[in-house]
Amino acid sequence: MSLSASARDALASFEQAAGWEQRARLLMQWGERLEPLEDGQKSEANRVHGCESQVWLVAEQHDGQWRFKGASDARIIRGLLALLLIRVEGLSSAELAQLDLPGWFNQLGLGRQLSPSRSNGLNAVLQRMAQLAAGA
Amino acid sequence: MFQPSPWRADFPAIAALQRQHQTYLDSAATTQKPQVLLDTLSHYYSHGAANVHRAQHLPGALATQAFERSREKVAAWLNASDTQQIVFTHGATSALNLLAYGLEGLFEAGDEIAVSALEHHANLLPWQQLARRRGLKLVVLPLDSRGLIDLELALQLIGPRTRLLAVSQLSNVLGAWQPLAPLLAHAHAQGCLTVVDGAQGVVHDRQDMQQLGCDFYVFSSHKLYGPDGVGVLYGRTQALARLHHWQFGGEMVQVADYHDASFRSAPLGFEAGTPPIAGVIGLGASLDYLTGLDAQAVAEHEAGLHRYLLRGLSDREGIRLLGQPNLALASFVVEGVHNADLAHLLTEQGIAVRAGHHCAMPLLKGLGLDGAIRVSLGLYNDSDDLQRFFEALDQALELLR
Repeated sequence: MSLSASARDALASFEQAAGWEQRARLLMQWGERLEPLEDGQKSEANRVHGCESQVWLVAEQHDGQWRFKGASDARIIRGLLALLLIRVEGLSSAELAQLDLPGWFNQLGLGRQLSPSRSNGLNAVLQRMAQLAAGA
Repeated sequence: MFQPSPWRADFPAIAALQRQHQTYLDSAATTQKPQVLLDTLSHYYSHGAANVHRAQHLPGALATQAFERSREKVAAWLNASDTQQIVFTHGATSALNLLAYGLEGLFEAGDEIAVSALEHHANLLPWQQLARRRGLKLVVLPLDSRGLIDLELALQLIGPRTRLLAVSQLSNVLGAWQPLAPLLAHAHAQGCLTVVDGAQGVVHDRQDMQQLGCDFYVFSSHKLYGPDGVGVLYGRTQALARLHHWQFGGEMVQVADYHDASFRSAPLGFEAGTPPIAGVIGLGASLDYLTGLDAQAVAEHEAGLHRYLLRGLSDREGIRLLGQPNLALASFVVEGVHNADLAHLLTEQGIAVRAGHHCAMPLLKGLGLDGAIRVSLGLYNDSDDLQRFFEALDQALELLR
């Protein structure tokens, strides 16, 4: 599946990142770009449980295309969320179901963030996203 | 000044972790194991495994002998007056659940159970759920500003309606010895049963059951440099006699018919099914190892490292310590920094510490926090481990601030 312009952008910058420090800086920068949620959307119903930090995920569908929004009170997970959302932006349910998201994070050099013992919540976010998309 | 650990080389995993650039500072979660334990497990499995308390054959006799020798070693380690006061379980959590189910029949609606506000979930949830099953009142003993159970309030809250007191000896988050002696004495004067969660306490000082004077004491092997899957329940003989059988099957039975059965008393009556045989034998080996150490030297080593840890944390700006830890560990948060972010960046640098709620969500909530970072020490740690932690902490904070 083809990458959006911002996804290509992210891939290029992460591919150039040397070492954990630069990746961490990039993650935090991408996190800052995350479109903020309205206060009302930071509700219990939108909470993703299983994260060390508070994470919210909101799903909307327009003309068969998914649009997700997310937020967190921790910066690293905010960055991971941002990188996730730019990858799934505008996909249909069928495209989303086929998408290899672990592969996407591996490409970014962030595959380790998906290991089962990581409690940063990225796994929980992916599960929640799949549930939201399947329920629609 | 460099403070080496004279016991570091006894734990092969420490060198293996170091080769993977990992600094292990999470011993309050579980410990690395001494070589002598690995040898014992390997010897047991390579010389003939067998079930215990069942077979007449030689392997069965040898396994049973080794298994029961471990019971003696645990009894000696705790200075229990009788070997039969030691029940093996599958962990500290399962020992506490055994108590909550085994004692259930002693409670009537309206009775009270007292726990402290700092309990690990393992010593909170079994009692909370028991209270819900039987219509009991769960009384939570509050903490003072140092993170100790507020003795004055506790002595008022533990009264004639209190049937059981369950408290931890050393908090896994706050790292401070709790004032057990006056609490236990008061509880006994009220005629109430006492349960001490020694999961952390048993690791950092020799415990003497005859001196401590609780009815039940619980700990897990894996935090005491032993194998996982093994827990210990100590009970005073009269207290064990009040326990109802909980899990059924295996050699805990005396006589069984289709519609009726009778059961053994403690300890075997509470060791249903095949016990963790290799693990129990392994725990015996770890206790032999620990018994052979110079206890004074270990205590001084741990105290020295702990002082170094506290000094390093207090030297850095914006760090808030949780409570006033006396030993073994320190939990902290950093002003303006999310603990999940800090944990992430420490992990990136190969620092194995614990982040989050530490299985004590109500305690963290009570402190107004949703998480904290915990650094915890084992006898194999040296000051270089802490030095690496501080360097990583500085790097992480520089990035985050």
